[in-house]
Amino acid sequence: MTLPRRSARLFAMNTNTKSGPLATRARAVAVAAGRGFVLTLVSLPGAVLGFTLSLLSIALVPLGIGVLTTPWVLTRVRAFADWRRALAQRWGGIPIPSAYRPVPEGANPWSRTYAMLRDPATWRDLRWLQVDMTAGYVTALLPVVLFVYPLEGLAVAAGLWRPLSTWGGYWYGFVHVTDQSSAFGAGALALVLLTLTPLAPRMLATHFQLTRAVLGASQAELAERVRVLTETRRDAVDTSAAELRRIERDLHDGAQARLVAMGMDLGTIEMLMDKDPAQAKQLLSQARQSSVDALAELRELVRGIHPPVLAERGLGDAVRALALRLPLPTEVTVELDGRAEAPVESAAYFAVSEVLTNAVKHSGADRVWIDLHHAEGRLRVTVTDNGKGGAAIGAGSGLAGVERRLGTFDGVLAVSSPAGGPTMVTMEIPCALS
Amino acid sequence: MRVVLAEDLFLLRDGLVRLLEAYDFEIAAAVESGPELARALAELDPDVAVVDVRLPPTHTDEGLQCALRARRDRPGFPVLVLSQHVEQLYARELLADGSGGVGYLLKDRVFDAEQFVDAVRRVAAGGTAMDPQVIQQLLSRRAADDRPLARLTPREREVLELMAQGRSNAAIAGQLVVTERAIAKHTSNIFAKLDLEVSDDDNRRVLAVLAYLDQGR
Repeated sequence: MTLPRRSARLFAMNTNTKSGPLATRARAVAVAAGRGFVLTLVSLPGAVLGFTLSLLSIALVPLGIGVLTTPWVLTRVRAFADWRRALAQRWGGIPIPSAYRPVPEGANPWSRTYAMLRDPATWRDLRWLQVDMTAGYVTALLPVVLFVYPLEGLAVAAGLWRPLSTWGGYWYGFVHVTDQSSAFGAGALALVLLTLTPLAPRMLATHFQLTRAVLGASQAELAERVRVLTETRRDAVDTSAAELRRIERDLHDGAQARLVAMGMDLGTIEMLMDKDPAQAKQLLSQARQSSVDALAELRELVRGIHPPVLAERGLGDAVRALALRLPLPTEVTVELDGRAEAPVESAAYFAVSEVLTNAVKHSGADRVWIDLHHAEGRLRVTVTDNGKGGAAIGAGSGLAGVERRLGTFDGVLAVSSPAGGPTMVTMEIPCALS
Repeated sequence: MRVVLAEDLFLLRDGLVRLLEAYDFEIAAAVESGPELARALAELDPDVAVVDVRLPPTHTDEGLQCALRARRDRPGFPVLVLSQHVEQLYARELLADGSGGVGYLLKDRVFDAEQFVDAVRRVAAGGTAMDPQVIQQLLSRRAADDRPLARLTPREREVLELMAQGRSNAAIAGQLVVTERAIAKHTSNIFAKLDLEVSDDDNRRVLAVLAYLDQGR
């Protein structure tokens, strides 16, 4: 009783081991064909539409209309490219990192268009669209053909030739099918082609590799990234060195000197105590004043290094406290659920502080609005004033310094300040809240 | 008068204890962290608390939060908050409930023992003690766009500043070396020019002035 059962099990095992890989391979081919089919449906119309609209839109930039349409079109092209990157990861296991320079959301259309056109990734997208509508389309179509065509040939041999060759014969490959025997010829060709069918998944992989070759970051871009990092690092080092020098000088000329004076006064007081109590008393009040002044100086210095409210309450309240010190009515809106890392908070705080100083000094505004919120992994700060406008990065405005400060954190700064106002400064720093 | 004191730096805590004891205060407890302060306030039922804004374990605004909580539980509970820096933001939070018995001073003010002790007593009695720096910041912000404020004479502005700090007419008269009658006259002029309701109650007067200076933002 036991023997047949065991042999049955053996048999089952055998079929499994024999037909297993075949079934898996057949399924892989079918899946590749299906995916290729989806890609052929999407890539050609998508790429043609994206490319045409982009070209049209960019061509219209000098006329002004393009300024409004370009950010919209390019954002959709980027979404399309990102979706294809995701497919390459999901279907082909090929990761293609998406590396677009951040575009400030709130900025005006012109600066958004300019920022997008300056990004090499935009031009890479446009190159890719051309490749995708040609070579990309073909490499997506091949897995479908490799799967469907041999099946068609076999179907022709099995009898499909009759309806197909009604009107003067039918060509299957190079075989002219007119009767059953030539249909067998087509079937034979189909069998030969069937040996190529297992290549379908590889063809699909080729499609994704092609996508990566065009859509992935190039060597030049990596070099550019290294250049930017080197520059921002140098800026960061320079800035902090300058800060340290300033702190040293302030301590040396301020608090330190006052403490020395205090010590001297105390020495003199000790000596005068018995001889001239009146003068000793006067010196005592002088020494006390010195200590008050030293404390006030240290307080200012601390505020410049790391504001106490920032340490105690975080960015939101620190900016509120900053706004309360302004001579202008200021409205602060904060939407942050958590705190960013200390260096990011500090950079954002001093950036806001500098922008506010600018607004007070140059804008002639009588009202300021500050908005802080965190979305999509970025901290976004907007400072708006109703002043006379005309602010620009550079031109001694201090905004260049802010841009450098933010650059260390891959942050960006956008200024919209038409003559006549209002001025809106938008800052974005990629960061996480905790 | 029983005081609970919270200050994390030993030197300052020690100095404050000695100073307050010298002026006949009874130190119910001198603690160095937020949780200890909360326990002392709940268990010892002091007449006034003198609290540093920044306390362990978090070294953020633990002391201030503790004080605000205590005042929520017991409205009007007298708290004098001390800090290395003063912020209008914190002053506003302390004053928000509209009841008296609040002080907010820079630690430097301890140097003038007489005035500091006066501030502690004033707060314990339900009065107000705001740091001159807070008042100056309020004034300089208001001055930019406030017409009634611009109509004050320099002397009246001086009186307003001292009044906003929480000083009584007698104390202001003493500081400016004039009679109390003269100060009373300045005060009614100020209230008329700022269109505020006159009140005999010192504390209500202070709160009205502070509310006036802090309005519109």
